[in-house]
Amino acid sequence: MTILDPATTASVGTTRPPRDTSSRQNRWQDVCGLDALTVERGAAALVDGRAVALFRLDDDEVLAVDDVDPFWGVPVLSRGLVGCIGGRDTVASPLLKQRFDLRTGDCLDDPAVTVAVWPVQVQQGRVAVAPPPSLAGP
Amino acid sequence: MRQLVVAGHGMVGHRLVEELVEAGGLEGPDGWEVTVVGEESRPAYDRVALSSAFAGAGEDQLTLVSDGFFDTPGLRLLVNEAVAAVDPEARTATTTSGRVLAYDHLVLATGSRPFVPPLPGKDLPGVFTYRTLDDVEAITAWCAGRRTGVVLGGGLLGLEAANALRLLGLEVHVIEMAPRLMPVQLDDGGAAALRTRIEALGVHVHVGASSQAILAGPDGTVSGLLLADGTELAADVVVVSAGIRPRDDVARGCGIDLHERGGILVDEACRTSDPAISAIGECAVAAGRVWGLVAPGYKMAAAVADRLTGGDATFEGADLSTKLKLLGIDVASVGESHGPGAILDDPGSATYKKIRVDEEGRLVGAVLVGDASSFGDLVQLHRSGVVVEDVLSLLAGTAAPAATGPSALVCSCNSVTTGDLVSAIEADGICDLATLKACTKAGTGCGGCVPTLKGVLERQLAAQGVAVRRGLCEHFPDRSRQDLYDICRIGRVRTFADLLASHGQGKRGCEICKPTVASILASLGGGYVLDGEQAALQDTNDFALANLQRNGTYSVVPRMPGGEVTPRQLMACAEVAEDYDLYVKVTGGQRLDLFGAKLDDLPAIWARLGQAGLESGHAYGKALRTVKSCVGINWCRYGVQDSTEMAKLLELRYRGLRSPHKVKMAVSGCARECAEAQSKDVGVIATEAGWNLYVGGNGGFRPRHADLLAEGLSDAELVRSVDRFLQYYVRTGERLERTAAWIERIDDGIDHVRRVVVDDSLGLGAELEAQMAAHVEGYECEWAATLRQPERLARFQTYVNEGAPT
Repeated sequence: MTILDPATTASVGTTRPPRDTSSRQNRWQDVCGLDALTVERGAAALVDGRAVALFRLDDDEVLAVDDVDPFWGVPVLSRGLVGCIGGRDTVASPLLKQRFDLRTGDCLDDPAVTVAVWPVQVQQGRVAVAPPPSLAGP
Repeated sequence: MRQLVVAGHGMVGHRLVEELVEAGGLEGPDGWEVTVVGEESRPAYDRVALSSAFAGAGEDQLTLVSDGFFDTPGLRLLVNEAVAAVDPEARTATTTSGRVLAYDHLVLATGSRPFVPPLPGKDLPGVFTYRTLDDVEAITAWCAGRRTGVVLGGGLLGLEAANALRLLGLEVHVIEMAPRLMPVQLDDGGAAALRTRIEALGVHVHVGASSQAILAGPDGTVSGLLLADGTELAADVVVVSAGIRPRDDVARGCGIDLHERGGILVDEACRTSDPAISAIGECAVAAGRVWGLVAPGYKMAAAVADRLTGGDATFEGADLSTKLKLLGIDVASVGESHGPGAILDDPGSATYKKIRVDEEGRLVGAVLVGDASSFGDLVQLHRSGVVVEDVLSLLAGTAAPAATGPSALVCSCNSVTTGDLVSAIEADGICDLATLKACTKAGTGCGGCVPTLKGVLERQLAAQGVAVRRGLCEHFPDRSRQDLYDICRIGRVRTFADLLASHGQGKRGCEICKPTVASILASLGGGYVLDGEQAALQDTNDFALANLQRNGTYSVVPRMPGGEVTPRQLMACAEVAEDYDLYVKVTGGQRLDLFGAKLDDLPAIWARLGQAGLESGHAYGKALRTVKSCVGINWCRYGVQDSTEMAKLLELRYRGLRSPHKVKMAVSGCARECAEAQSKDVGVIATEAGWNLYVGGNGGFRPRHADLLAEGLSDAELVRSVDRFLQYYVRTGERLERTAAWIERIDDGIDHVRRVVVDDSLGLGAELEAQMAAHVEGYECEWAATLRQPERLARFQTYVNEGAPT
């Protein structure tokens, strides 16, 4: 059980069993209860010293990206407003309102900019994240 | 040349001549030589606007005849003369002065006469009818120095006459036999709203009342009216406006077919039973009835003019939808207005709206009283037969303008279609309403179609890529903030989810529409702004009840009403600044801003500030910021009023009011204006005579001097005016539109705002004041409310995972 395919884990209702978070091999890290997240809002979590912005959508799906606003280098994306722009689930930075696709990390207002997307798992009322694929080691 | 005689020079008779000239009917060997015989001493004038003559409109403002029109070769106008007899065999018309006019075609446009019921006393001096400028002059002369008037008839003309008497300074009673006012056009609910408004103007209304006799005084002139129930009303003048009867005497005298109840029978070409004679306007019975409005009369005139120039136009009836301004009150009916329908009845503001649709959802009829702004759209819907998808929005006046094809008639007074407008906009590059009206004549008649014109213009400009802002975002592409406010207010929608589902599209919303709706819900008394769904809607600053700064920390701004602060409060600010390492700056709004607070520390900081009696300054919200003031009469040698106390009063009254954008205010104690009130959204300047109120000022990116809204106000009048002004802005402003931009955007700008706020022209005053009273009543400091309930503190956590450092 090493690297998981983010495409199958970054969604609700996955049938995989709960992870043992103490396992060195396991990249999933338990963060908080789903209840700790406000529906349709973001919250920040600190995972391995890195700020992650978690967003709980209205269907209880949870998405996560780096909390740092790449335009400012400040961890605030979790405090932005969640939206749906042209069918893409987004967050708008609270500083200058650039919007980011929560599933791809692309910035809708500047194609040269992206934020890292963190795979998320919600199981039995707990939210866990894994490091973005770009950071994932062997 | 052929001879045309037109008997009657009223609005319709004159329109016929104009149409004929325009169609080239006077030209060529076969052209017409026209003789118009007018009974009155003056050429045709606008009879619909008759009551404006009492408001001072002169004859030259009412005339319909342009300078030199009758100098056109082939045109002749005879005044003070009427056609007395017609010989159809000889084809001659003999006038009252004995002149014999030979004709090839005769048009009877003799109009109607007022119906005077056979009451005892109907011929007394002081009894008048109300139809001509001569009537106006006679009534005016009679009323000089007299006090009370009675109008018999509560229909359209009766109410016009009542207004005329009112303008002459008389106390007025209106007597209507039917159980409601305007029984032809209105239903009970609409009539009730109209009555409320009319009575508010001081006019006494008696419905279901029959008159028994007009009473005479010792001097032999009118002294009063006796009703069938025995009531006696004292009156110095009685105006009879109990309906009209077609003037068909001439036709009757020459054997032309008449309707059994009067009126000259005509076919679809407006020809009488004698093909050399036509009849148009109110003397004619066309398509089975007498048409007592000017627009159908104009259509008949157009049909006859076309026939006289070789065409084959017909008149087959007309839309009787009407929009009127009666005593300054908007009244309109569309289609068949009687019968059940969806009703919006607001007795508080005396506004009534009924919309009737058939089983397929097509508009059948409507009644509007108090606010007829949707008249144009409703007429379009009625004519086009488009299915109404959302009656509620239509009722709320927030539905998108009716979709119509190029042939849809927009201006029925001047027969201008959507297609005409579109080609004018495209060909002439028109991009404003005034030019469009000037070029097409649309909207220059009764004015009822102006909102539709505006809609067509906006749509067309949008199609040409000219930016016309209307929709908020992709979730509400057709709804402005004002639309959404109205939907929430009238439809009692209280959640974003409901609003999106019922009036929006797509899912979730976005950073544009969510905070906008959050603000609307807060303005409508949504309670604590972070409970339930509202938490998800608030902008970052509102969510943290603090202002996010560029490094991710927050600033904290306690309220200091009027710039006043106690030593104890200053100490509390100093202590938290020291303990939490905050940078302190005095703001332009006369209070302190404490920068650099961490999200986690906000509750503790506010707990301490709250203990010192400080409360949220709402620097984070689109809401009232501060009311700046000078020291006023207490300290300053020049002050004439207590500006600081007034600033405190205003700040405490309007604190927490969510609005389309931030609102800044100031109060200066004298004309030296040290508080710079004229650069604020609401600025108050003291004078010896009272407070002067300025609105729509702005500093910032595009400075604007405020406009004077009202002068010499007492404290109570000032508060009432600001209540109304702010609530009207909250109601109609667009997203992030400061009052300066708002006033510049709306039609008629400050004049419109003054009419609404000072003159209460929309009758909204009481409602706006009540809304503000509810706001004041429901206010609670948002930080106090947050600290009171521990579960509300969970969001003030930098990291959500347990055990993470902050």
